[in-house]
Amino acid sequence: MTIVKTTYNRRSFLKSTALAGGGMVLGFSWLASCKPTPEQVLNMPKEWFTINGYLKIGENGMVTIMSPNPEIGQNVKTSMPMIVAEELDIDWNSVLVEQAPLNTAIFTRQLAGGSQSIRQGWQSLRMAGATARQMLKEAAAQAWQVPVAEITTDKGVLTHKNSGKSAGYGEMASAAAKIPVPEEVALKDIKDFTIIGTSRKNVDGLNIVTGKPLYGLDYQKEGMLIAMIAHPPAFGLKLKSIDATSAKAMPGIKDVFTIKTFNEDYEKSAFDNSAFTDLVVVVGNTTWEVMNAKTAVQIEWEQAPDTTTNMSLFGRSMTLNFPAGMENTDSHNAKMSELAAKPGKVVRKDGNPEAAFKKAVKVIERSYSCPFLAHNTMEPMNFFANVTEDGAELVGPVQTPEFMERSVAERLGMPLEKVDIQMTRMGGGFGRRLYGHFLTEAAVISQKMKAPVKLVYSREDDMTMGVYRPSYHAYYRAALDADNNLIAFHVRTGGIPESPLAANRFPAGAVENYLAEDWTIDSNITVGAFRAPRSNFIAGAEQSFLDEVADAAGKDPIEFRLELLNRAQENPVGENNDYEASRYAGVLELVKEKSGWGKDISNVHRGVSAYFCHNSYVAQVLDMVIKNGKPVVQKVYCAIDCGIVVNPDAAINLAEGGVVDGIGHAMYSAITFRDGVPEQNNFDRYRLIRHSEAPKAIDVHFVQNNIDPTGLGEPPFPPIMGALANALYKATGQRHYHQPFISERQVVG
Amino acid sequence: MNILFTHLIIMANFSLNINGKTQQIDVDPATPMLWVLREHLNLVGTKYGCGISQCGSCTIHVSGVAVRSCQLPVSSVGNQSVTTIEGLSEKGDHPVQKAWLEHDVPQCGYCQAGQIMTASAFLKNNPNPSDEEIEAAMNGNICRCGTYTRIKAAIKTAAKTENA
Repeated sequence: MTIVKTTYNRRSFLKSTALAGGGMVLGFSWLASCKPTPEQVLNMPKEWFTINGYLKIGENGMVTIMSPNPEIGQNVKTSMPMIVAEELDIDWNSVLVEQAPLNTAIFTRQLAGGSQSIRQGWQSLRMAGATARQMLKEAAAQAWQVPVAEITTDKGVLTHKNSGKSAGYGEMASAAAKIPVPEEVALKDIKDFTIIGTSRKNVDGLNIVTGKPLYGLDYQKEGMLIAMIAHPPAFGLKLKSIDATSAKAMPGIKDVFTIKTFNEDYEKSAFDNSAFTDLVVVVGNTTWEVMNAKTAVQIEWEQAPDTTTNMSLFGRSMTLNFPAGMENTDSHNAKMSELAAKPGKVVRKDGNPEAAFKKAVKVIERSYSCPFLAHNTMEPMNFFANVTEDGAELVGPVQTPEFMERSVAERLGMPLEKVDIQMTRMGGGFGRRLYGHFLTEAAVISQKMKAPVKLVYSREDDMTMGVYRPSYHAYYRAALDADNNLIAFHVRTGGIPESPLAANRFPAGAVENYLAEDWTIDSNITVGAFRAPRSNFIAGAEQSFLDEVADAAGKDPIEFRLELLNRAQENPVGENNDYEASRYAGVLELVKEKSGWGKDISNVHRGVSAYFCHNSYVAQVLDMVIKNGKPVVQKVYCAIDCGIVVNPDAAINLAEGGVVDGIGHAMYSAITFRDGVPEQNNFDRYRLIRHSEAPKAIDVHFVQNNIDPTGLGEPPFPPIMGALANALYKATGQRHYHQPFISERQVVG
Repeated sequence: MNILFTHLIIMANFSLNINGKTQQIDVDPATPMLWVLREHLNLVGTKYGCGISQCGSCTIHVSGVAVRSCQLPVSSVGNQSVTTIEGLSEKGDHPVQKAWLEHDVPQCGYCQAGQIMTASAFLKNNPNPSDEEIEAAMNGNICRCGTYTRIKAAIKTAAKTENA
């Protein structure tokens, strides 16, 4: 049993209230138990909140747990309440989960926690459940005049064994609400868990399979108009003028005009990221009418000048350069190759890499690259806004409501408290909805129309609007001595416009002589966080390279990695190594065992990969067969260490999705540019993985331990790209260096 | 641009048979069924994903056949029976819906109505499909979350219960 203080830091806060009709409400703060690392800060507001969740126990014993966090498909709406229910000691069937409204008396702030929800929320959620349980026990002890220590709970029932008295939680809830919140409470032993670690179905499952209105695009309001935007067809262009005479005369059209997303003097936050801030707007009665009228607007575009933008992120100011010009993928690739051939900025250096490379017996050198990617959430960007003199009401899918509240308030010239943002379930996020320019646009349009408006992006508008995964490049060099020991490792990465380098990750710490450098290229193409930012490229590149190094050393690729991890464990090189070598080795050992690695299976070609990012460890083995002359992914084995697994079946689902999504993006997807124009604007030219291309089976295993849980939305996604490349090599004899593999013309080797 | 030409959209009245009910609407005959369902009839379970029949999010049944509603003009439907996800079953207990729940398929869930509509029409014609047949039938429905392996498992479960 663990005793925790309910007021262990200033952000943890519990408040009890009696319900008017009987029952109790316990307000609490989840996501408050860990100090964020700089990486996690991206998903969190600067000023935390006091209370953002609550549980309510009704007279009838039904427990409502409010989920304040928006659901983007990562299952938090189910798994986070499971943690509360566990410590409350209630039957899961008596629990209702509701999505919290925004700006009620109870909630002061809400946000999307990204991959950090479970990790950040773990302690607070447990504490909230345990506190309510303790208060119920004390209420019962007072009612029955017995010592509180003699009261036990089981599935929502309080019992005093000696006197034979028992009562449901509902009967004691009113009295419990009047008990002062205890200063410390006991948490359950992990071995006593009955809900955590058992699979529970998605609480929204029935609503989803029956087509209930859950998403932003489904939102409707009396008198609501539909708005669409037109943005420049190419990066490097801006709006010059419009002639909307014809469009305005079309049926159902209310108005056509231009807007500026931001005021001239506004200092953007990183989440205001948008390439195109002068937009054409068409407003009408229905989406179909507006879509038609959009094609009738005559728009002139002109070259945009060089621009420099200051952006603030948690008080830190960043200057971003957007050079003038119409960019091309061919020249991007040429520039990246050019910079990759020169020394970059040294980020980490251990030992004497130059000397080690000189005395090496074998040197292996390889380069890898990947294109820009569009997020392509299945639900395109959209938002509802109703701006009146009294305030602004906004409803829709966004991952950063608190930031957008500020953007909207400043743009409209309204105080913050007059801006209400309500979150809907999201048809995918993957990082795209961190960048909420569409809220500000919707608000400006509604203000101008003096009417409620739903802004709808067409798929084409969405895919060509920017905020892409950057294009990256990585150059690797490894030195082997006469005994095939890895004596030096060199990584030099860069990208447009950012570098994917993670200098302190493996194999840093495992190699005596280590050098990590990077470089960047400015661009007017905007980028943003995309599922496992930076790791989504560097993992695959590094794991493909290690495969070749193992091959050159004549070693089994798993044994080779384990040797290095052993070195990092026993005698780490340098400081700040950003991984636990034993847990890293643990997932490799597990995937080795589960896949039966080392056995030759006829016609099966295997690739392995392992990576650590976003606090979780993942190793994968991908089995490929050749069927009708084509490589087919027969099976993927996935071993994960994310600590305690809260909702195993949902966790497996996320891991399966990460594997499928990773294979798809490495294999098929790209945004390329010709004179600034994205050459893909819909799913006819942008290839996402489809049913027949998905692995035939995915076998997910978890390392069993009692470590506090970490997230799963991102970690299974990056490494599979390496396992795929390595299996493709075994199956076809060709190494793959440049994503998407399907279009790779170049064979290096 | 010829201004007169752009005015030549003439509204027309259509009597549609949707989920067993007759519905009257006045719209431009070229309006895709997707938008008729979503914005004129308030049936928002049918989703907009691409508008060019590439992603399958908007799949409905027309005379029992799976059709992408984003490119189906309302004028071409006539008196054929149209079924949307809202009309697939009364209580969400169609064997395909039940199988989806049993396998807890959805992640974000946005594409799943389209997946279910494609799968249910497919199983009606092919009650005992092979894996390859399932893949071929479902290839027009994209899921960015990557739930394909579960969708396939759910379709197999639904086939078993329908045949039982």
